[in-house]
Amino acid sequence: MVKLINADEAVSLFKSGQSLMIGGFLSCGTPDMVIDRLVQTALKDFTLIANDTTTPDCNRGKLISAHKIKKAIVTHIGTNPETIAQMNNGEIEVDLVPQGTLAERIRAGGAGLGGILTPVGVGTDAAQNKEIIRIDDRDYLLEKPLKADIALIYATYGDAYGNLAYDGTTRNFNVLMPLAADTTIVEVENFSDTPLDPNQVIVPGIFVDYMIVRNKHG
Amino acid sequence: MDKDKIQEIIARRVAREFHDRDVITLGIGLPTKSIQYIPHDIQVNILSENGIFGVGSYQTEENYDPHIINAGGVGVTIKAGGCFIDSFMSFSMIRGGHIDVTVLGALQVDQEGNLANWCIPGKFTPGMGGAMDLVVGTKKLIIAMEHTAKGAPKILKKCTLPLTVAQKVNMIVTEKGVFEVTPQGLCLREISPYSSLEDIKQTTEADFITDLK
Repeated sequence: MVKLINADEAVSLFKSGQSLMIGGFLSCGTPDMVIDRLVQTALKDFTLIANDTTTPDCNRGKLISAHKIKKAIVTHIGTNPETIAQMNNGEIEVDLVPQGTLAERIRAGGAGLGGILTPVGVGTDAAQNKEIIRIDDRDYLLEKPLKADIALIYATYGDAYGNLAYDGTTRNFNVLMPLAADTTIVEVENFSDTPLDPNQVIVPGIFVDYMIVRNKHG
Repeated sequence: MDKDKIQEIIARRVAREFHDRDVITLGIGLPTKSIQYIPHDIQVNILSENGIFGVGSYQTEENYDPHIINAGGVGVTIKAGGCFIDSFMSFSMIRGGHIDVTVLGALQVDQEGNLANWCIPGKFTPGMGGAMDLVVGTKKLIIAMEHTAKGAPKILKKCTLPLTVAQKVNMIVTEKGVFEVTPQGLCLREISPYSSLEDIKQTTEADFITDLK
């Protein structure tokens, strides 16, 4: 059974310097409650692995604004001038990764693979310091798996078994990250004591350690 | 000509490249404007890489739903027969050769079909987002852009900015005309009624041959 906790209990699971995978695409499908509490702590020097850093006042962007992130492995920072400013003054190291490559590196981390071969980025700066492997006359970049200490993700629906389901475009990276992290904390919008319909489950509960119910476990 | 008119000319011409049942992906901004000019007698499926196959119209106050956005962060609806997907499935479709047409903007494009649209070192580094994936897997890559930037050519002999992809662009649509990247080199195929061969020669740095349709 999943362990239901509140935001303070969730924050107690974090330590400075950890790597965090945080779900969401811009402001869609984001776990907000833990981040709102995390920015009030003295914790810092996190490595952020996420699609983007959204805007300075939204979700992952709040961690940037609060100077909690020392390295960001993301696909896009163009919507957050604070990330760009901190990158330019050397405060944050930003590793820009093509979006499909980020998804596959996380999947590899969670699926027990030693890496993936992708044609994306061949002939560009994204190929710098990467091994190129030629297969059947086509060049591929060897991209290594990504793992994290904590995955902090969102789900629209969750049950007492930790099973998760999603509405709309909220799935994005939320459904990949739980596989690649040592500990997964999920913020659910709708919690049910009775099990979700097994046909509708998107993320199996075995990947979920802790659950916070939005507007309930603040 | 004002900017809106220029963008409309480009978007209208891009929309003529879509065929019935095509699966298409569109960059934000100008490429997305081509949706409004898709001929009524064809049906296309738009993939938004954040997780919708079959993007519908923009949301209104009546059907507002924060669970559904497009890759530009704008609230949209989903068409009948569409589905929601995660980032893994989305980029499997994109990278795996399942997209018929991709339309993106460009900072620079060159006569070899190289594209630069994600970074101006030291000035503008938003990141590539999904662009590098989108260009690799697509069957047809169309660049939709204004012909020049502040009067300076954007269609060059060789891109000087960091590349998004090497030798992959198939077609360039601007307000002045349409180019195709062919094995013989860059080829001017159409001249817009708002331009002329002389105008295009003066505002294009790349070498090109002219073979009008």
